[in-house]
Amino acid sequence: MTTTKKQLHRIDLIFKNDEDCKEILRKALSKPNQEIINEMVNSGLKGRGGAGFPTGLKWKLTAESKEKDKYVICNADEGEPGTFKDREILSRVPHKVLSGMAVCAKITGARKGFIYLRGEYKFLVPELKKEIRKFHDILDDLGLDFRVEIFLGSGAYICGEESALFESMEGKRGEPRNKPPFPTECGYLNKPTVINNVETLAHSYTILKFGAQKFRDLGVKDSRGSKVFSVSGDTPIPGIYELELGMTVQDFVDDFGDGDTKAVQVGGASGFLVPRKRFAKTTIGYQGKLTGISLPTGGSMMIFNSSRSMYNVLNNYLDFFEEESCGQCTPCRVGCQQLLKGIRAVKRGEKPTSYLDKLMKLTETMKLTAKCGLGQSVANSFSSIVENFREEMIY
Amino acid sequence: MSNMVNLSINGIAVSVKEGLTILEAAEKLHIKIPTLCYHKDLCIAGNCRVCVVEQTGNNKLVASCATPVSEGMEINTNSLKVRNCRKHIIELLLTEHREECTKCYRNGHCELQELSAEFQITNQDFIDLVPDKNYTVDRISPAIEKDDSKCIRCQRCVRTCAEIQSVGAIAVSHKGSEMKISTFFDRSLDEVVCTNCGQCIVHCPTGALTEKSYVEKVWDAIADPDVHVVVQTAPAVRIGLGEELGLGSGTRVTGKMVAALKRLGFDSVLDTDFTADLTIMEEGTELLTRLKRALVDGDTEVALPMATSCSPGWVKYIEHKYPEYLPNLSTCKSPQQMFGALAKTYYAKNIDVEPQNIVSVSIMPCTAKKFEANRPEMKDSGYKDVDYVLTTRELAVMIKQAGIEFEKLNDEHFDSIMGVSTGAGVIFGVTGGVMEAALRTAYEIVTGREVPFDNLEITPVRGLAGVKEASIQITGTKKEWNFLEGVELKCAITNGLQNAHKLMEAIKNGERTYHFIEIMACPGGCLGGGGQPFPVDNEVRLKRMQAIYEEDRNLPIRKSHENPEIVQVYQDFLEEPLSHKSHKLLHTSYVKREQY
Ligand SMILES: Cc1cc2nc3c(=O)[nH]c(=O)nc-3n(C[C@H](O)[C@H](O)[C@H](O)COP(=O)(O)O)c2cc1C
Ligand code: SF4
Repeated sequence: MTTTKKQLHRIDLIFKNDEDCKEILRKALSKPNQEIINEMVNSGLKGRGGAGFPTGLKWKLTAESKEKDKYVICNADEGEPGTFKDREILSRVPHKVLSGMAVCAKITGARKGFIYLRGEYKFLVPELKKEIRKFHDILDDLGLDFRVEIFLGSGAYICGEESALFESMEGKRGEPRNKPPFPTECGYLNKPTVINNVETLAHSYTILKFGAQKFRDLGVKDSRGSKVFSVSGDTPIPGIYELELGMTVQDFVDDFGDGDTKAVQVGGASGFLVPRKRFAKTTIGYQGKLTGISLPTGGSMMIFNSSRSMYNVLNNYLDFFEEESCGQCTPCRVGCQQLLKGIRAVKRGEKPTSYLDKLMKLTETMKLTAKCGLGQSVANSFSSIVENFREEMIY
Repeated sequence: MSNMVNLSINGIAVSVKEGLTILEAAEKLHIKIPTLCYHKDLCIAGNCRVCVVEQTGNNKLVASCATPVSEGMEINTNSLKVRNCRKHIIELLLTEHREECTKCYRNGHCELQELSAEFQITNQDFIDLVPDKNYTVDRISPAIEKDDSKCIRCQRCVRTCAEIQSVGAIAVSHKGSEMKISTFFDRSLDEVVCTNCGQCIVHCPTGALTEKSYVEKVWDAIADPDVHVVVQTAPAVRIGLGEELGLGSGTRVTGKMVAALKRLGFDSVLDTDFTADLTIMEEGTELLTRLKRALVDGDTEVALPMATSCSPGWVKYIEHKYPEYLPNLSTCKSPQQMFGALAKTYYAKNIDVEPQNIVSVSIMPCTAKKFEANRPEMKDSGYKDVDYVLTTRELAVMIKQAGIEFEKLNDEHFDSIMGVSTGAGVIFGVTGGVMEAALRTAYEIVTGREVPFDNLEITPVRGLAGVKEASIQITGTKKEWNFLEGVELKCAITNGLQNAHKLMEAIKNGERTYHFIEIMACPGGCLGGGGQPFPVDNEVRLKRMQAIYEEDRNLPIRKSHENPEIVQVYQDFLEEPLSHKSHKLLHTSYVKREQY
C-alpha cells in the first residue's frame, strides 16, 4: 500500500534574485516614514533571529527616539550549530539585506550601519565588501546618507545575543547586559539601535517590494510569512528550505523524515524537542508554545529517528551550553554544569532517578532568573527531552 | 524636580523618584532584598541573580538591583517562587565554592556564608563541582592573596579595579564553566600592574581576595624574649579599628587601641603620626626647595607639580602607568618607612637596644604597605626597616584572640619618644589631609603667620570629592622667602586612583598646572584603605572622616613643626630637613615598571 506524501509548499521569495533592486529601493525610500512603518507593522513580520519581536514595532520605537545618533545592525553571527541560512542569504542576495538596512536607516535617521559577521564567515568579506561598495553608490544616487561596515565577530556563540554583541563591538567582553533598557533605546554605544537578523532584513525587502498583504497571505495568525529552515539529522534531504509558517510538525516530518522519525528538535539547542505523539498537535510558528519562546529561532530543524539516543542528544546540548554560556550569571553558569553532571550521574546510577525531578526544578529557576536568553532557554530542550524520554535518561 | 513613580512592594504602596531601582525603592520601605554582586560603590552588574523579585505580569523574575521602577509596578520580594529561586541560586554558588568556612580568613565576615545561613542551606543535593575545577591559589604577593576556589564570580573586584582604581589588574577570562577572574596571562598578582591597594579585598564578598596575614609572625616576635618589638599605628587605624570590634563607624578609639597594644605585649607602642609630622617637615622643605629652584634659579629641569609619595598604592601606580612623572614624586619615604628607618637607628640608640634585636611592626589601614615594607630599597637602617605590616583587621584579630574586651579598656598614652604627634599628623588619614598639614606648616614658615583659615581648617581641601583643587595666595612673606611673594600656590587633591588617572591626564595634556598635588590611592584616603574593616561605602567613609577631623580638633598641637619630638629629633639626630642624614634615612627613589 502506498500513501502519497503531501509535499509542503516551498516558497521562493528570499533567494529569488531580481535585478530591479535600485528601483525597489528608490520607490521605498520615496515613501513617507509613516507609510513604511505601517507596511512593516501590517505585514506581521517577526524577528527571525531571536525572540520573534515584531519588526515593525522595533523600527517604530527606534524611529520615535529623539537621539541624534542611531544605528542599524544586521546580526549575522549565526552561531546556532547546524544553521547556515544567514550565510546563504548574505552570499546569494546581499542586496536585499542591505536594502532592508537602508530603509530602516531612512525611517530611524540612522546614518551608520554594521553587519556583525560571524568570525567563521570571514571568507564572505571580500565579496560582501564589493556589494557594499556598489550599494553605497546606489545610496549616493538616491541621496540617502547611510554607510554600512562589516564587523567581524570573535567566535563566541553568546555574541549573537544582541546586547553581548554591542559589548563586543565596543571592544569589551561579550557579556549580555541588563534589560531594560532595550536596544531601541540604548544599544550600540548606548544609542538607539535597530538590531535585526539577516533573514528579517531580507524579508523586509520582500515586504517593501510586494506590499504587506502578500507577506501576510502566507502563514497563519501571529505567524505570518515564510521562514528559512535548516533541515538536518535523519533526513534523506538535508539542506535549506524556505517554507510557509504554520505547518504542523507532522506535515514537516511527512515531507522531510526518513519514515522512522521519533522526534524533531525545533529551534536548535535552545528550542524544544517534539516527540512523535505530539507531531500532529504542534504547529511551527510563533504563537504555539513550541517555537514561541524558542531562542534563537534560527530555524534549525533536527530530525531524530528511532536509532538515536535522546540521552546523547541532551548530553550534547548541555555540553554546548556549559561551554557557551558567557559565565557571568549564576543560574546559567552553574546551572548548566549541574544539569550536565546531573544527567551523567543519573545515567551512571550515582544519583537516584528522582534527581531528574530536582534538575527539572532547577531548569525552572534558570528559566525564571537567568540574565539572558541563553540561560533562560536551556530549560526548553531539557524539560521536553526529559519529560518525553525519561527512560532513555536512566537506562 | 524629578518625577515620582508609584509602585507597590509586597502590597505596600510607595512613591519614589524616577530612575531608582526596585532594590532602592525596597530599601525605603525597610524591606531588605539579599544581594551579592551589588555594591554601592560600583556600577550595576546584575549577574549573581540573588536579588530577583517577582513582578506582576512578567513571566520572568527580575533582578531588583538592575531594574528601574516604573509606574504601577507590583513587586513581591518574598513569594514562594522568589524564595525557591534564591535558594537554588545560593545552592548553586556553594557547589562551585570550596566550603571550608572554619578554615577561612573571612569566616564570620563572608556574605555568602551569611546568605546561606539566612536561607538555611543545610543539605546540599547538588553535585560538588570543586573537585573537577583545578582552582588556582595565588599566595606569591607579599600583600594580597587570591584564592579562586572561594570566588563567586560577582566581578565586584573586577569593577573595583577598573572603575574605582583605573588599574585593570584583574579581569574576567574564559567563558562557561571555566569563566574566572584572572590577571594578565594568569600571572601572580605580584607580577602584574596590581598596586596592592586592596580595594578588591574590601569589595570582595567572600574569602577569594584577602590580605597576606602576618599575625602569626607578630605573635612569634612578641613571644621571643630576645627581641624588642616596636609597634607603630597609622592615623586611620584609630578611627577604623572600633568597627571591627563591635563599635559604630567613626568611633575614635586611640586610647583604647594603645591600651590593647600594650596588653598584647608590644614592648613599645609608638605612633606613625609622629613620622607623618616628620614627613611634613621633609616634604614641605622639598617643595619649597623645588619652588625656589624653579622661581629663583630659573631651573627648567625642576619637576613640578611635586606629588606626595605617602600612598604606596599610588607610588606603584605611577611607576607602572606614568613612569615619565617619577621625578615629580617627592623623594620622601612614607611615614611608615620613615618610622621604620628611625626605629632601628634613632630609637634603638635611645632605648639602648641593638637594632638587630628590634622587630618593627606597623598597623596600617592599608595592604600596599605590606608591599612597601618589602621593597628591596627599604633597608636604610642597615636592616629591614619595617619587619611586619598588619592591617587594621589583623590587629582586631589579635585583640580578639587575646581575649581583650576592647570596649572596656581605659585609654592609655603612646610611649615616647616617637609617640607624640599633632593634629596635622592625624589628618594624614583622610584625603586632603597631607595637603592641609603641609600648608599649615609651609605657609607659616614662609610668612610667619598661620594659614588664613578659621581654626586652621583648610576647608577647600576637605571632603570626599574625587578631585579637589585649591589655591592659596602667598603674601607678606618673610625676607628669605620673598621670591614667593604674590605667588598663587596651586594644589590639587585626589582620592581613588581613577581620579589620580584623571588628574594625571589633565596635567599631561597641559589642561592643568599645579605646584603641589596630593594623591591617595584609596577612596576617601587611608580611612577607606584596603586594610580597613568591611563593609565600606561612602556613608561609612564620611563617619570615619568626621572622626579624624574631631581627633585633629582635640589635639593640643595641630601643626607639625610645633611637635616637640620633631624639634628634638632634628636637634639630636637629623640636624635639619633634607640634611645628609635625612637623605640617607628618610628619602628614597623609584623604579619604572611594566604596563600590564
Ligand atoms: C544566546 C543567544 C544567541 C543568539 N544568537 C543570534 C544569532 O546568531 N543571530 C541572530 O540574528 N540573533 C541571535 N540571537 C537573538 C538576538 O539577541 C536578537 O534577538 C536578534 O538579533 C534580533 O533580531 P530579530 O528581531 O530580527 O530576530 C541570539 C540570542 C541569544 C540569547
Ligand atoms: S544566561 Fe548565561 S549566557 Fe546569559 S548572561 Fe547569564 S551566564 Fe551569560
